[in-house]
Amino acid sequence: MTPLLSVQGITKRYGAHIGCADVSFDLYPGEVMGIVGESGSGKSTLLNCMAGHLTPDAGQVVFDTRTDGPRDTITMSEPERRMLGRTDWAFVHQHARDGLRMGVSAGGNVGERLMAVGERHYGDIRDKATDWLGRVEIDASRVDDRPTTFSGGMQQRLQIARNLVTGPRLVFMDEPTGGLDVSVQARLLDLLRGLVRDMGLSAIIVTHDLAVVRLLADRLMVMKSGRVVEAGLTDQVLDDPQHAYSQLLVSSVLQV
Amino acid sequence: MIELKNVSKTFTLHNQGSAVIEVISDVSFAVAPGECLALTGASGAGKSTLMRMIYGNYLTQAGEIRIGGLDIVKSEPRDIVKLRRDVLGYVSQFLRVVPRVPTLDVVAEPLRALGVPADEAQDRATALLTQLNIPERLWSLSPTTFSGGEQQRVNIARGFAHSYPAMLLDEPTASLDAANREVVLSLIEDAKARGAAIMGIFHDEAARTRVCDREIDVGRFTPGIAA
Repeated sequence: MTPLLSVQGITKRYGAHIGCADVSFDLYPGEVMGIVGESGSGKSTLLNCMAGHLTPDAGQVVFDTRTDGPRDTITMSEPERRMLGRTDWAFVHQHARDGLRMGVSAGGNVGERLMAVGERHYGDIRDKATDWLGRVEIDASRVDDRPTTFSGGMQQRLQIARNLVTGPRLVFMDEPTGGLDVSVQARLLDLLRGLVRDMGLSAIIVTHDLAVVRLLADRLMVMKSGRVVEAGLTDQVLDDPQHAYSQLLVSSVLQV
Repeated sequence: MIELKNVSKTFTLHNQGSAVIEVISDVSFAVAPGECLALTGASGAGKSTLMRMIYGNYLTQAGEIRIGGLDIVKSEPRDIVKLRRDVLGYVSQFLRVVPRVPTLDVVAEPLRALGVPADEAQDRATALLTQLNIPERLWSLSPTTFSGGEQQRVNIARGFAHSYPAMLLDEPTASLDAANREVVLSLIEDAKARGAAIMGIFHDEAARTRVCDREIDVGRFTPGIAA
């Protein structure tokens, strides 16, 4: 089987400082991978390099495109990469307002992504938008309200609807449950798990919450000082960590 | 179906003076389809550790663990994920679920992951929950607030939802009353009858004698105890 995403030797420096160094892995269709590590370990830098928000100093990010097969997204043209970002890729930001247009209605936020891939029929767009609001448990009566009138958890769910409406194959998530209260977090986790299962999505989730990766991710990568120190099956890395830093990370979690 | 060859395991505690603990060394045995094997031995002998190694939850340092032809020790995470979905079931002592998910969905989930349609999966979940005497009024609630025995039964229902060809059972009858213990034992007997290879830890001696065909004392693989 061809990997959906093949990351090879990604390195990003900020001057003399290392953002992330020599990261390589393959992600297969339907796989969910978590990336954990303390603040400053390079996990967000890596995510942004993969998603095309940052240009790495070295390495390849090869994506199995629908039309042309595996292509290096670092060296493809800007319009091609942007098209990927609107179709097969999705990016869920930690802060919903970074991924939403706050001055546009909820329905407009979802519909905009459809229009970006060429849908023009107003009725169809509105129906799809309403359907997606339902799937992320936002009441259809709120379709014309702006996200500024939504709670934090609703904004996050709206961001997810906006991202998934075009049926992407790969979703990048940066702390998707960060900053939400725990009951909202649980609801969002349940939602994400259902979507991953039903749509066969692949996802890369950056988080510092080990409970979140245990429930969502099949595989886990542990980063420290820009490097991957351990990778493997999620519950294996969490229950039988091999590297000194992973052991410290797992043993530092407070029990509730 | 389950085959271990010269399997060894050590824990290295990097943050506690790099202490190296040898837990299991040179284990070899096999479990055939339709057979139930009991792991015995004192607390700390490594029974649960061995089960977790077979499930791929603990990393194995040396040897081979083959389940239906796949060597867990050398497999990629995605192969183990697939094996756990299709072939290898595990009933642990603790229920770990996403909060707020209804009990019925928790039990149906292993089938949904296999692509079984929602209504069919729910029918199977309903049958198991009924069989295990979980009152219907609890089905729409999350099991996180249930009593210990109820959680244990939900866990068993979930573990038996799909007819796995190989199963690992960690104290499946602990904290159950006589009636429910009987249900669980008959579930195990049914699984054996359809040809599942089963490995279990049973502190309940009567249960062990009834469902298990063989016993292996894990203590003899524990370096500290054997020597």
